[in-house]
Amino acid sequence: MNKNFNGKRVSQTVMFFLFRLMSYVVVGILFSIIGFIVIKGIGVINWEFLTTAPEDGMTKGGIFPAIVGTFYLVVGSMLVAFPIGVMSGIYMSEYASNKHIKRIIRVMTNNLGGIPSIVFGLFGMALFVNRLNFGDSIIAGSFTLGLLALPLIIRVTEEALQAIPDSFRQGSLALGATKLQTIRKVVLPAAFPNIMTGLILSIGRVSGETAPILFTAAAYFLPNLPNSIFNQVMALPYHLYVIATSGTDLEATQPMAFGTALVLIVIVLMMNLIANFIRRKYSK
Amino acid sequence: MRLEANNINFYYGDFQALKNINMTIEQNTVTAFIGPSGCGKSTFLRLFNRMNDLIPDTHLTGECLVGGQNIYDKNVTVDELRKKVGMVFQKPNPFPKSIFENVAYGLRVNGINDKTTVTETVEKSLKQAALWDEVKDKLKKSAYELSGGQQQRLCIARALAISPSVILMDEPASALDPISTSKIEELIFELKNLYTVVIVTHNMQQAARVSDKTGFFMLGEMIEFDDTKKIFLNPQKEQTQNYITGRFG
Repeated sequence: MNKNFNGKRVSQTVMFFLFRLMSYVVVGILFSIIGFIVIKGIGVINWEFLTTAPEDGMTKGGIFPAIVGTFYLVVGSMLVAFPIGVMSGIYMSEYASNKHIKRIIRVMTNNLGGIPSIVFGLFGMALFVNRLNFGDSIIAGSFTLGLLALPLIIRVTEEALQAIPDSFRQGSLALGATKLQTIRKVVLPAAFPNIMTGLILSIGRVSGETAPILFTAAAYFLPNLPNSIFNQVMALPYHLYVIATSGTDLEATQPMAFGTALVLIVIVLMMNLIANFIRRKYSK
Repeated sequence: MRLEANNINFYYGDFQALKNINMTIEQNTVTAFIGPSGCGKSTFLRLFNRMNDLIPDTHLTGECLVGGQNIYDKNVTVDELRKKVGMVFQKPNPFPKSIFENVAYGLRVNGINDKTTVTETVEKSLKQAALWDEVKDKLKKSAYELSGGQQQRLCIARALAISPSVILMDEPASALDPISTSKIEELIFELKNLYTVVIVTHNMQQAARVSDKTGFFMLGEMIEFDDTKKIFLNPQKEQTQNYITGRFG
């Protein structure tokens, strides 16, 4: 065996080891973050923490209003983003035939996805809060978060529809179905699991966003639950920021901050797991 | 219904795929189109239910008549045309739905939802497609649980359910094993009593077995169109002779 050949073998082994090490490092980091949050936060998690409002300058009590607020914001933003996103995705996949228009729309949606979320927050404040006079409210926050989720939903819908073989469309059209009937009865149902996956992933994304709701929806402290979509709400990510940085007694609230983080992480992880489950169940 | 093509020229962009084709296909006959790959036979077939409309940047000159009406007239609606002119594709393409719903699909999209009518039509169509006995106990099961040959007969049943007058078949058996193929061929033979059948095939024995008339295509031209017996036993053109004796293709 010559020297050159051995060199090849050695670098092969070294690089392979490096690649594997890096992958393990990533997994390790993820687990230490989750582990850290769990260890620090699990102590405060109990029924009371999950079902009552904060008390005593947010040093005691729970995070129930923030959970409810995040829930409203997520539902609201999906009500905004899902119909718009799915319809644009259908247009992009099934109707748009002009390559230039398609490219322009794709570049725009990708850029929309690349805008920092704080910019969305500022825009939401200017448009929904001030211009449209919604005030700091669930509806203003929902629209702002909805804009943020749009690019993901459009892309996922388009990809899901593109994955449906053309033979289905042709088979349907050949039976005298119109294009719209073909989309509604054959293409969309077949693409549905993948579209749902996109929806759930964007729920995960939206529920953790702080910046877009900072100026549009989130309240520092509200002991009562909202009774209209024009009310402000507390939200988990913002509440976390507040009790970690600007509480009356940071020492005392620190465990609660970790508890809040744990709840948030569990919600997002659960969403991702559900998305995976749906994808696996329907893609045989 | 009678099919008629008058001076058909068809272009994909600048490429002329069909050159001045004239042909009349009589009612209740089986007509086969044969010819080497890329000769235009499938393109010609797909003119009759306007499936070529789906391909961008194509254009057509000449007249294409189904039952005496030019189907490329402005006042013809494509979906109404396709109800009359059904199609079976090369690869079985059942929808990701139950066996029953696959056959019922054509009825539903054409506004027929009455439960008894739908059930009866589904049964009748599956019987016509010689599939009923194999699937009658599992109509609710997914169409993908069927074998390839069964799936293709399901697609035939699906086409029959909306009672078309014409059935176009684009190499309907080319993706199937010999046993399934012979079942499909028997079926085609039965169908001509009720429908006008046009079949594109790569398989010359198949054309000889199932068709009354055969058209031979080459490089976008229809070289010869005559009784199947004549084409195979006594072709008039040298190109036809060369093709059926396997000198090229």
